[in-house]
Amino acid sequence: MQRLIRIIFLACLVRPLVSLLLGRCIKGHEHLPVSGPAIIAANHNSHLDILYLIALMPFKAIPLLRPVAAADYFCSTPITSWLSRTLLGIIPLDRKRGSFHADPLAGPAAALEQGEIVIIFPEGSRGKPEELGQIKPGVAHLAKRFPQVPVIPVFMRNLGRSLPRGSFVLVPFCGKTAVGAARCFSGDTKLFTAELATTMQQLEDQVDGASS
Amino acid sequence: MNLHQWVFGSSYATLPHGFLMLGLMVGGAVIGMLAGLVLKNNEVLIRSRTWLLIIALFSLGTWRPGFAPWLFGFISFLALREFITLLETRPADRGALFWLFPAIVIQYIWVGMQWYGMFIIFIPVWLFLFIPLRLVLAGETEGFIRSAGVLNWVAMMTIFSLSHVAYLMQLPVTGVGHGLGYVLCLVIMTALNDVFQFIWGKLLGGPKIIPKVSPGKTWSGFLGGMGTSALLAAFLLPLLTPYSHLAGAGVGALLACCGFIGDVVESAVKRDIGVKDSGSSLPGHGGILDRVDSLTYTAPVFFHLTWYLFY
Repeated sequence: MQRLIRIIFLACLVRPLVSLLLGRCIKGHEHLPVSGPAIIAANHNSHLDILYLIALMPFKAIPLLRPVAAADYFCSTPITSWLSRTLLGIIPLDRKRGSFHADPLAGPAAALEQGEIVIIFPEGSRGKPEELGQIKPGVAHLAKRFPQVPVIPVFMRNLGRSLPRGSFVLVPFCGKTAVGAARCFSGDTKLFTAELATTMQQLEDQVDGASS
Repeated sequence: MNLHQWVFGSSYATLPHGFLMLGLMVGGAVIGMLAGLVLKNNEVLIRSRTWLLIIALFSLGTWRPGFAPWLFGFISFLALREFITLLETRPADRGALFWLFPAIVIQYIWVGMQWYGMFIIFIPVWLFLFIPLRLVLAGETEGFIRSAGVLNWVAMMTIFSLSHVAYLMQLPVTGVGHGLGYVLCLVIMTALNDVFQFIWGKLLGGPKIIPKVSPGKTWSGFLGGMGTSALLAAFLLPLLTPYSHLAGAGVGALLACCGFIGDVVESAVKRDIGVKDSGSSLPGHGGILDRVDSLTYTAPVFFHLTWYLFY
């Protein structure tokens, strides 16, 4: 039932509305996964990122999407927690490493085992508007556990202008997106993270090249 | 109300010409698509497909006078969004930028109500006074003048100018004059004049008009396009509007001039920002601003000339 509510909400409301507001300008659409398991690693500037990314995904993939989101933010009250779990299907992630026993990647790992598509923002927070922050090694650790699962890098531009951190007024700008080719875990966490960071920068150049 | 009235609107009893024109445009796009398929030229195919989509939307939006504000409101939205995406905006501009979007809705409500007085002053007076106020409230003085100027200009170009096409559609019937006839003449003449200027420029070449802004624009293209437009308008306008053959030729030449100005003004904007296309919302055509640039100049001029002469 929860799943059905989520699919209807995302496919019938979020997808058309966000497409209308922010457009569907995307390069490398063919790289987006249609089926799971897969990991999408995207840059993060705005709360719109999740909705915009969902709106760009192929229809078939929508029921499989599971964005990883900060537990301290999205699950701070029971209402926001219920809403973000039911409507967006988020996997809460504890950013402040609480206990030693808890495995921070248990949630995303379980989702991948069920064949779902996990969306991760490897910068860890929205950071400064329209600036690519430091890529953290979380994605590499997750990919290491699932060496056959493809990781798809996505770079999104202008969302931080539409709804930057700390703002509650949405101003529609044209979103611009570049999707890179899928890659699997290369065998080394540091190397994988560095490669991902380089790819993100290349995608950023590609997006800016499209407009200038 | 019978079916005929619903389809054509009560004021549109005599419009076979108008729909003949639409038929010709759709036919042209279909031929373009077939040519693309036969020649296996993907670029031509993509362009034609977008053309067909534009014509379908345009036909739907001009089906009844009441549909026009929806269509042109949507075009204003796309143009405004594309324009502000190109601009370098300050974080302090966000509050004022936001209000430009409700302003689209409000402006087209005046159009739908056919409240001419409000339609003509809302952006140039009320929004003009409001934008600096909202910018002042944001409290950032660095770059204030530039933002106030740019925001007003963007609103005039993308909302005010384009809303004239929708108002043209709403003009009451006088003799042979009716909204759809005016809009078809305006849009067909604007679009074809761009093509004529391009073809004449390619054929003859010669000295350039403003090479720094638009290296492709030559005197031969401009004058040749103007002549061809005047010739076509001399036949087209009397069919669809109250203009006579001679007046039609004059209007054709005038629209050619205005279309040229709109074109080079947008070129200057793009050159200033350093982009080739204004966006990518229309596959094969670039952005929406690349399509409506000439219309931002031809629409107000054609509207106010017609308003002065016949209303």
